[in-house]
Amino acid sequence: MIDPDILIRKGMPKGYFKDIFVRISLGSVTYLILLIAVMLFAKIVIDGAPAIFSSKFPFVDMEFLTAKNETLHVFDDAEGTRHKLPASKYNEYLKAHPGDTIYNEKTFSYSGGGIAGPIAGTALLTLGAIMLALFFGVSAAIYLAEYAKQSPFIHMVRLAILNLAGIPSIVFGLFGFSVFVLAVPVITNMPSDRSLLVVPLLINDFCLSFQGWNSSLMAGCATLACMILPVIITASEESLRAVPQGFRDASLAMGATRWQTIRKCVLPYSLPGILTSSLLAITRVAGETAPIMFTAAVAAKDDFPWEGLKNPLDILSSQVQALPYHIYTLAARIPNSEYTQRAQYGSVLVFLILVAVLSFGSMILRAKLRAKLKW
Amino acid sequence: MNDHQEKPMESRTSATAVDIRNLSFNYGSTQALKNIGLNLKRNEVTAFIGPSGCGKSTLLRCINRMNDEIAGTRITQGEILIDDINIYDRSVDVVKLRRQVGMVFQKSNPFPSSIYDNVAYGLRMRGERDSAVLDQSVQESLESAALWDEVKDRLQESALGLSGGQQQRLCIARTIAVKPTIVLMDEPCSALDPIATAKVEDLIWKLKHDYTFIIVTHNMHQAARVSDKTAFFYMGELVEFSDTSRMFSNPSVKKTEEYITGRFG
Repeated sequence: MIDPDILIRKGMPKGYFKDIFVRISLGSVTYLILLIAVMLFAKIVIDGAPAIFSSKFPFVDMEFLTAKNETLHVFDDAEGTRHKLPASKYNEYLKAHPGDTIYNEKTFSYSGGGIAGPIAGTALLTLGAIMLALFFGVSAAIYLAEYAKQSPFIHMVRLAILNLAGIPSIVFGLFGFSVFVLAVPVITNMPSDRSLLVVPLLINDFCLSFQGWNSSLMAGCATLACMILPVIITASEESLRAVPQGFRDASLAMGATRWQTIRKCVLPYSLPGILTSSLLAITRVAGETAPIMFTAAVAAKDDFPWEGLKNPLDILSSQVQALPYHIYTLAARIPNSEYTQRAQYGSVLVFLILVAVLSFGSMILRAKLRAKLKW
Repeated sequence: MNDHQEKPMESRTSATAVDIRNLSFNYGSTQALKNIGLNLKRNEVTAFIGPSGCGKSTLLRCINRMNDEIAGTRITQGEILIDDINIYDRSVDVVKLRRQVGMVFQKSNPFPSSIYDNVAYGLRMRGERDSAVLDQSVQESLESAALWDEVKDRLQESALGLSGGQQQRLCIARTIAVKPTIVLMDEPCSALDPIATAKVEDLIWKLKHDYTFIIVTHNMHQAARVSDKTAFFYMGELVEFSDTSRMFSNPSVKKTEEYITGRFG
């Protein structure tokens, strides 16, 4: 028989108040973080929503998403009505009302029109960077997971790749600037003055000139690709290792070569993992400002990147606007006023929605593929 | 030397399928096999028995060089001859060797694709594209593996939908679809129930006229039922190798008798 006194409570148990205190303090820290997040998003949504959502069908202000970026002109006409017109409409207004006097005119850079240019630029940068990073990253991961023998050297290589992930993005930006913008070799018949080294190729006037790609889409993509390479390599290697060894053994035992085995028995089953992780990398690429500041982005550009090109491939050497850089420009380079808020918060909201969609997309994709691929 | 591998079966007159001579094998610095000598006859079923860690699976994997896949392993002495060719010679193409020496693994490991694709895999890897040839090969292999009647209506369904025993027979079908001369089996029935085990054993008896089987097993009864010859290994050494009937009725070494009767292992 158990002594009943063992189980019966007598007064407050030891440490009761301490327990409550710890519980409350840990809980309040958690909810404080939540509160900050909610406030942050609420501010952006409340101030940004008017720029992209409207009360009329189709409820989304397509102009903000599809129009080019312009300067906003704010002025009063003779009747005292206040007009807020982007540069192109402002010029039309002036033509339509010649001789009218305009009062209190003010201009706000980048605040009129839409943000189609930055959206297009970000899309191009992301696409290019992901394609480059997937090619190099998956190749390296296949080598590390399938071919390389486990030696101290390979261990060091893996460690170096992991360390690469911790490097601040501004350092990648400067690296990209000094390598891709200034030093990468190009084949040209007119080497630039600041070329570091010119090697004649002996075919016509062509030579290999180490002069870089200038600030261009190419250089931006390459820099961003370098930045996400560690993520892609690590995730791909993990996905490759997750494929059961039995598949490889069975394939090799049937007389398949190593590459056939990788291509038919390993890659197809690790591809879902590789793709979901790269989708997460897309979010990172789309969001980074520092790497593209020196390598690809411009604050203002009148044309879309693909407009006004002699050769479609020239798009690679054209500069682009980019959403995160545009947000930086709007926030840091122009004076704040009620008229700039629309563009500022609107851009941030669009940007957050894009990133959220990509993140949720990758989560859903991952869950679906995980459920489908079981062995 | 490579062209010897391509020789058709008829020209191989020797009755020896695999000749293992003084073979020693190391995992890193631990010696897993010590001076093994075995002569396995064509169209016979040989069982490798012995307690866990005695080296029987290691020896099996040496015969089609699957140990090449494991880092730090090497043959320290001796050789393995298949059709009078040392398979560890530099001139031997390991891919061609494995087409001659197929392997069925302990854990059934069908690819998560259709039954048809699983069986056609080996031929496709050799560049066979003709669907008539593939169809015929798939049917023949599945028939040989006594699986055709059970799966003929659902060839395009996932192989993972099959039962454990069916999956293991599918793996056998997949292995014999590439027409090897020797089939290695590493505890093929360890995860199967008695009925599925009986089916696989029947299969081995039926197929031994076309193939040379080497089977690693922990199951004494299975070795007794299915094999012509039995080799008993202990601590990396070959203790006894003789006709199965003799070994199980009248083992010549005391250690073998103790193991077979279950006194250790």
